[in-house]
Amino acid sequence: MKKSVFLGTIAATSLIAGLAQAQSTLETVQSRGELNCGVSTGLAGFSAPDGNGVWQGFDVDYCRAVAAAELNDPMAVNFVPTTGQTRFSALASGEVDILARNTTWTFSRDVDLNFTFVGTNYYDGQGFMVTRELGVSSALELDGATVCIQTGTTTELNLADYFRVNGMAYEPVPIETNAEAQQQYLAGACDVYTTDVSGLAATRASFANPSDHVILPEVISKEPLGPAVRHGDDQWADITRWTLFALIAAEELGVTSANIDEMKAGTDNPEINRLLGAEGDLGAMFGLDSEWAVRAIAAAGNYGEIFSATIGEQTPIGLARGLNAQWTQGGLLYAPPFR
Amino acid sequence: MSDTHAQTVAYVRESMLPEKPAPIAEKGAVKWLRENLFSGWLNTVLTVISLLAIWYLLSAIGPWLLNTVWNAQSLRECREVLDGASGACFAVIRDRWHQLLFGFYPPQHYWRPVLSLILLFVALAPVLFSQLPRKLLGFSAFYPFVAYHLLWGGSVWLPISVILGFALGYVAYRILARIAPLVAITGAIVVPVLWWVLFAGEFTAALTSVAPIGLEFVRSDRFGGFLISLVIGVTGISLSLPIGILLALGRQSDMVFLKSVCVMVIEFIRGVPLITLLFTASLLLNYFLPPGTAFDLILRVIIMVTLFASAYMAEVIRGGLAALPKGQYEAADALGLDYWKAQRLIIMPQALKISIPGIVNTFIGLFKDTTLVVFIGLLDPIGLSNAIRADTNWNGIYWELFIFIGALFFIFCFGMSRYSMYLERKLKTDHR
Amino acid sequence: MSISDDVRSATSAPKRAFRPSMLLYDQRYRSITIQVFFLFALMLGAAWLIDNTVNNLRALGRDFSFAFLNAPAGYDINQRPIEYNSQMTHGRAALVGFLNTIILAVMACALATVLGVIAGVLRLSNNWIVGRLMTVYIEVFRNIPTLLWILIFGAIMSEAMPAPSAFRGDDPAASMLFADSVAITNRGVYIPSIQFLRDLGDLQLGPIAPSLNWLLVLVVLVAGVYANKRLLQHATAVQNATGIRPKTWWKSILVLLGPVVVIFVALGAHLEYPELRGFNFAGGTYLRNSLIAMWLGLGIYTGAFVAENVRAGILAISKGQTEAAFALGMQPGKTMRLVILPQALRVIIPPLISQYLNITKNTSLGLAVGYMDLRSTLGGITINQTGRELEGMLLMMLIYLAISLTISGAMNVYNSRVKLKER
Repeated sequence: MKKSVFLGTIAATSLIAGLAQAQSTLETVQSRGELNCGVSTGLAGFSAPDGNGVWQGFDVDYCRAVAAAELNDPMAVNFVPTTGQTRFSALASGEVDILARNTTWTFSRDVDLNFTFVGTNYYDGQGFMVTRELGVSSALELDGATVCIQTGTTTELNLADYFRVNGMAYEPVPIETNAEAQQQYLAGACDVYTTDVSGLAATRASFANPSDHVILPEVISKEPLGPAVRHGDDQWADITRWTLFALIAAEELGVTSANIDEMKAGTDNPEINRLLGAEGDLGAMFGLDSEWAVRAIAAAGNYGEIFSATIGEQTPIGLARGLNAQWTQGGLLYAPPFR
Repeated sequence: MSDTHAQTVAYVRESMLPEKPAPIAEKGAVKWLRENLFSGWLNTVLTVISLLAIWYLLSAIGPWLLNTVWNAQSLRECREVLDGASGACFAVIRDRWHQLLFGFYPPQHYWRPVLSLILLFVALAPVLFSQLPRKLLGFSAFYPFVAYHLLWGGSVWLPISVILGFALGYVAYRILARIAPLVAITGAIVVPVLWWVLFAGEFTAALTSVAPIGLEFVRSDRFGGFLISLVIGVTGISLSLPIGILLALGRQSDMVFLKSVCVMVIEFIRGVPLITLLFTASLLLNYFLPPGTAFDLILRVIIMVTLFASAYMAEVIRGGLAALPKGQYEAADALGLDYWKAQRLIIMPQALKISIPGIVNTFIGLFKDTTLVVFIGLLDPIGLSNAIRADTNWNGIYWELFIFIGALFFIFCFGMSRYSMYLERKLKTDHR
Repeated sequence: MSISDDVRSATSAPKRAFRPSMLLYDQRYRSITIQVFFLFALMLGAAWLIDNTVNNLRALGRDFSFAFLNAPAGYDINQRPIEYNSQMTHGRAALVGFLNTIILAVMACALATVLGVIAGVLRLSNNWIVGRLMTVYIEVFRNIPTLLWILIFGAIMSEAMPAPSAFRGDDPAASMLFADSVAITNRGVYIPSIQFLRDLGDLQLGPIAPSLNWLLVLVVLVAGVYANKRLLQHATAVQNATGIRPKTWWKSILVLLGPVVVIFVALGAHLEYPELRGFNFAGGTYLRNSLIAMWLGLGIYTGAFVAENVRAGILAISKGQTEAAFALGMQPGKTMRLVILPQALRVIIPPLISQYLNITKNTSLGLAVGYMDLRSTLGGITINQTGRELEGMLLMMLIYLAISLTISGAMNVYNSRVKLKER
């Protein structure tokens, strides 16, 4: 009994604390001293806790950059693991301030679920992986195959559409986590594993014999993955959006975590100066100081550094830049000008 | 023969014959085998089938279990060590046991959950074993605060200010009891609530700024593994006890409206799967609370689990109440005790005692059900086993993790079920 | 005056005029007061919750509507007891999930009952090794969470069984069982199915369309059971009148099985065997891994609890009953059947039904192995794709509640029928 009242009090105090939260997300985060960032429960390279419980990965580093920009501490992030099922309600309810969980930007999620996707941090598409011994070279030969899919994602909808349009039958095996799906695929419980191509590459890289597996050439959907925030707080959306752009622009402009200290003193390039706060005061426009971008970039490096450290070709995941190269390199990354 | 009987008449035997060994079929292992294993054709068939089953299991698992690898950094390394032979790779347990037990609890603070577990047993001992001195119950009452502070840490003044609230309530009760019992009860409820809502926060803040003592604060999202199962299970069951008692009393009451509400609550909660309640905690609770409220997922889960367990607890206690002879109620009435006094002094002590095995069984069930929190993204042992498998080093490892988790659950639940059986036996001799 | 007044009021309290303080201190009125306060508090609480919900929904820009059930689902379901494709509605998908839940629950209940009765009886056996083995089974399964068992059986199926490709080739690594009729693969188990040459079509019953062939079989089967019951009643009547029970076993078999066999032959029933075709086996009935894992996990786990109930039920019957039956000259078998079991059943059935309830609720763990039950369709993918967690979750709770109340209602009816009539 005593404990119940006791916990009730805690609930009540947090309720009161909650009521006091009729302020902007930025103020909330700053007064809390911590950014709540929704990530996936474990996807190698994108977000997974290491042996010490420290979260690592591509999405994780983005959250650290946002935290560094706002709170001056890249480690001041509280990572909330969300499943494919709980992620949207976690964001809608305010449990997380930002959802950085390889979430596909779709019309209904943006409009009907009332989220704002602040950009695309990874351009992806859904593909298929099969074992080489199956002798399949095109997704159109997969009639009657057993397909492993992760539930709670757009992939199952794309899959249903693709097979229906092409008049093929298939046997879906819905699986909750990526790790489980890999295992089922490896054990031969399904012929095909389908998910985003980046995920397929990551998965294949972790196999004992990657060359035994083929990723089929068909990419059946567009999957722009990006961080999402709630509707209604445009300042917050701006900060998260431009933190992402700052990371992208930094790569384009050659600003890295190594040379950022000398660059922030001032360079010949006015764009770099504006980005790093040596010229003008862009940060003040959304309630931060002028060095916000410096901290964001210093946290884990620019977009290219993050990419190559977490999912790039040097890592076990081994993803090529592909669509995610800078627009100058033939990719789709294109940060609007900082001015 | 003849010399033994030399001096006797032919038909009378005067001396004992030496004892003969029992027939081979009636002694030792053979007798035991005959009686216990091969006493009839049906038994023989059963024995053979059982032996075959045991042999099959052992031959399937034995070589694998005996050939274990404890030193490896990844499954691949393990397989290299095994070199194609079948063998278990318990290196994963060696590598990750602390995560399976404590989740992401800071390693330098592992002593805190361990100490609270030990203290839990100390606090439970006087409740569970009636031979122990009653004074220990005082510690049991304080235990929740001690455990809270040990597990979460933070300022030591927070639990103290909460305890103060109870003390104030008690003082208010004693003072107001002179006026009227009803006023006293109202006072005993209102005064602590006022204290907690209005003054406790400032009291804590003030004392913390003056004397910032206390353990380092650990966030609840660092909790995981068995720690989370135990925290949810133990809090859920202890909080559900009072609520369960109230629900059971409500269900037994003759106030029609109250009774029907209690029945509806109990039947609703017992009628839906726990997982839907957990989803309510993680997805829907935010709809039901004022806008902007957001509190800890673990706290929300504990609330829902408590509600869930309360309904089951209510049924267990109702069974205990029903098992009491009607004479006990009548005797209480005859003594002129009012309802609450009768419940407190006569009915509940007996009914609870009868229900303890049921309560322990409910707890075992609840403890096992805490594994369902994996569906809402909490990292309980099963959730952690998924997370460990998501690591490229340990991708594809199943049995070793399952065995470890299963063994831990087994030890806990088996121990508790033995205790409940011991109690049942003890209670039986008390009553018959 | 005051004294006499007091005396009178003490002896004839009911006649005293009503005073407000009696609302608190008079037993008759106090319960009303308490209930009124309780009702007030309850309504206040409910109003608070509803108000919050309305506000929250408005703040999120959502409404409360079940219209999403009519929108196309867009996702496929692998196990479809009724016709379904991804162009059908979310409501239809939920119905498929519901049927899958029921199928799994019935299968698991049957397995748990069979295992539980066997293990419960054998645990009391005087065969040492069998008794110990059953104790180990019961304790090991009872004390480890069911979710873990489901995962373990899922892993056994997908990790330890051969892939369909292992059945291929001239010298396959794996072979089918029982004269090439059953294939156990890591995707599930393929067993022969019964097919009819003459199809009578389907009965259109709104959302579901059961096959007329099977309905016919069912009707004939029920009729046979009824006829058999009448036959046995007649035999009992004859026995009561003449003291001699006519032999009925061959008539029973004829009445029970004869018409069914006739129907099967008339409809041209035959077995269809699974065979390797394309990526997978085709033909026959396909029991998916997820179904098998859930079935074994729930069935064997709950079987351990049922075994304990059965054992307790048998032990609850006092030894005097057995001795009395022996004193009457009854055989042990008859003693069990006529004396012990009818009494033990009264003890066994109520906890057994609550185990059935547990199984039904535990089917909601299906998502762990990808079984597409109600919780995975309506409570999983549908909620996820439409974002209607409030409506979906409420609907799902109501459906589970309805199933549970139906089962416990049946239990209450049974209980009141077998209850000892105390006089």
